[in-house]
Amino acid sequence: MSPEIAAPPIEKKNYLTALKDAIRLEMQRNPDMICIGEDIGLLGGAFGVTEGLQEEFGADRVIDAPISEAAIVGSAIGMALRGRTVMVEMQFIDFISCGFDQIVNNAATMAYRTAGKASVPIVIRGPSGGYGGGGPYHSQQNEAWFAHSPGLKVVCPSTPRDAYGLMVASLRDPNPVIFYEVKDLYRKREIEEEIPEDTYVPLGSASVVREGSDITIISYGNPMHMCIKVAGMLADDGVEAELIDLRTLVPLDEETIYRSVKKTGRVLVVNEASRTCGFAGEVIARINENCFEYLDAPPLRVTRADTPVPWVQPLELAVLPSVEQIYETALRIAKF
Amino acid sequence: MRRNGKGASFLSTKESKKSKSKPSASNGKPTRKELEQLVEDLRWMYRIREFEDQSMRAFRNGLAGGYLHVYTGMEAVAIGWIGEKREDDPVIAAYRDHAYPMLMGVSPYEVMCEIMGRRDGTSKGKGGSMHLYSAEKHFFGGWGIVGGHTAMGAGLAFAIKYRGEDRVALCFYGDGAANAGIVYEAMNMASLWDLPVVFLIENNQVAMGTRLEYHAADPELHKRAVGFGIEHERVDGMDVIQVRKDAARILDYVRKNQRPYVVEVMTYRFAGHGAADHDQSLYRSKEEVEQAKKRDPILLLSQYLLKHGAIEESDLEQMQKEAEKEMAEVYEKASAAPKPDPHEVYEDVYTDMQPEEGH
Repeated sequence: MSPEIAAPPIEKKNYLTALKDAIRLEMQRNPDMICIGEDIGLLGGAFGVTEGLQEEFGADRVIDAPISEAAIVGSAIGMALRGRTVMVEMQFIDFISCGFDQIVNNAATMAYRTAGKASVPIVIRGPSGGYGGGGPYHSQQNEAWFAHSPGLKVVCPSTPRDAYGLMVASLRDPNPVIFYEVKDLYRKREIEEEIPEDTYVPLGSASVVREGSDITIISYGNPMHMCIKVAGMLADDGVEAELIDLRTLVPLDEETIYRSVKKTGRVLVVNEASRTCGFAGEVIARINENCFEYLDAPPLRVTRADTPVPWVQPLELAVLPSVEQIYETALRIAKF
Repeated sequence: MRRNGKGASFLSTKESKKSKSKPSASNGKPTRKELEQLVEDLRWMYRIREFEDQSMRAFRNGLAGGYLHVYTGMEAVAIGWIGEKREDDPVIAAYRDHAYPMLMGVSPYEVMCEIMGRRDGTSKGKGGSMHLYSAEKHFFGGWGIVGGHTAMGAGLAFAIKYRGEDRVALCFYGDGAANAGIVYEAMNMASLWDLPVVFLIENNQVAMGTRLEYHAADPELHKRAVGFGIEHERVDGMDVIQVRKDAARILDYVRKNQRPYVVEVMTYRFAGHGAADHDQSLYRSKEEVEQAKKRDPILLLSQYLLKHGAIEESDLEQMQKEAEKEMAEVYEKASAAPKPDPHEVYEDVYTDMQPEEGH
């Protein structure tokens, strides 16, 4: 056998580095792209997602903005109307409410109200979610607000590779995208993975994380990892779960959902956000509309309780979805 | 009138004397070229006024959707400022937006079609009266959420700066919008980053039905620029000769210095807030409106042109008639134009348009 030269191992990346690399790649590729946000330049962002970008691309392209979320988003839309691609960082996704009018009234409606004569290529991204003891204003998962506003796209990856591929796709999309990063996953060692540079995940494509025939479990973001654990526990009970990671909420990959539900006849949807009008409710409604005759059990959901997110951890964990809760609910559906 | 406000006290001619401009052309002898331009301005005043009468007619006849706000009385502001700006200087404005795109080259027919929700409208009927748009003519929209567009105005200026273009962004908003917080976020950014933008407050002295003195702690709205280190002043908005002078000077300042500017242009709307504003007596007296009409921009300009022999009395009538005829025809043509097909309702929620295109 001829001696082989081993290819250098591709470095495994965490979720945060994946995002940073995707943003850097697009900044290199697209000279019309700008980043704007609070403390994203000199400090490299509150969590470090934009670390090194200002050094590499200059303060004209990586802009430290005043604490003015409404005007940050508003000015980003104005730039976008003249052909800029703008990445807007919300320091925490909770703060996005300060820019709400700009997003839902101005960015979301732009293509429609101009009959397709204008586009708003902006990505508003930021750290979201709980499990970190952040309290009511640093723990939210408020994607349903924006999924409810036609004209916006909504993304929430659960793995480093998807974070990278979806970020690239979002920054190349001519529509406004709200990008939910799971801050609890930013530096999680156990999910690090290799990411080829040309990784690209089209918006609107869900992934089947695990195949199974007995129950479909649908989720996205942080609870996806709980669902993976639960699938293992269910397998010990003889229940084979099929796991779907939505990755993109708008546009929603309905085909992948329905194909799975038609196969298993049983479905559980898990979202981290609060219950009422949460995205899990929307998924279940669509399954009822499209797959009712295939269902062998009522579709159920696991969500956060309808409370704000409390500060102290025992209370926080009590209101957020847990492995136990997902497991028990899945078992209930499987045994129905 | 329920509460007795001070009336249109800001409309007196002494306002223009406070302005930092050289004296109005009415003090010196105008050139033939200046007079020709002013005659054209007068023609535009008639056209806009007639257009607005027709848009009101469309509303009354149920052809114009839910809400409509006319520019009647305020014509000199848009005519003067758009007249002095360069063609490619972008404009963004609030919801009383019929006049700007027409002055920037969008045809009255397209504007009327949008108001009437026809396929030939600037947004094929999906935007409507308050949301006209024409990027190709550098008009980046009328906007329906009061004050919300001012940050986009700063963004347009940011794009100018980023591209190294020799342009100035004009951001029109009203005295009511001046109380929205985002205006001050935008001003701070504009000053911080030296953005070439004019924040132009069209102060018609009443926010829908709330008078200036009841909605603004300090009714001199331009002073709010002080906190951001932005040059600011209050100028007249009824005498188009003065408006043009102030506009030229301020646009020149912004272009040369690459700094924002806040200008409060004092004006007055002779019509109600919206087409459905049925009882103006709740917030202003007939006497106040009559008083304000003594400085009707059409009156001021026609007196000036008559005095300088640029026109004769009969020309006024002629101009008025031509405008009437033109806009009545626009009304007829637009009302006969096709409406969008029902299937178009699902088009353009999302776009494939890459940002490079169309800008």
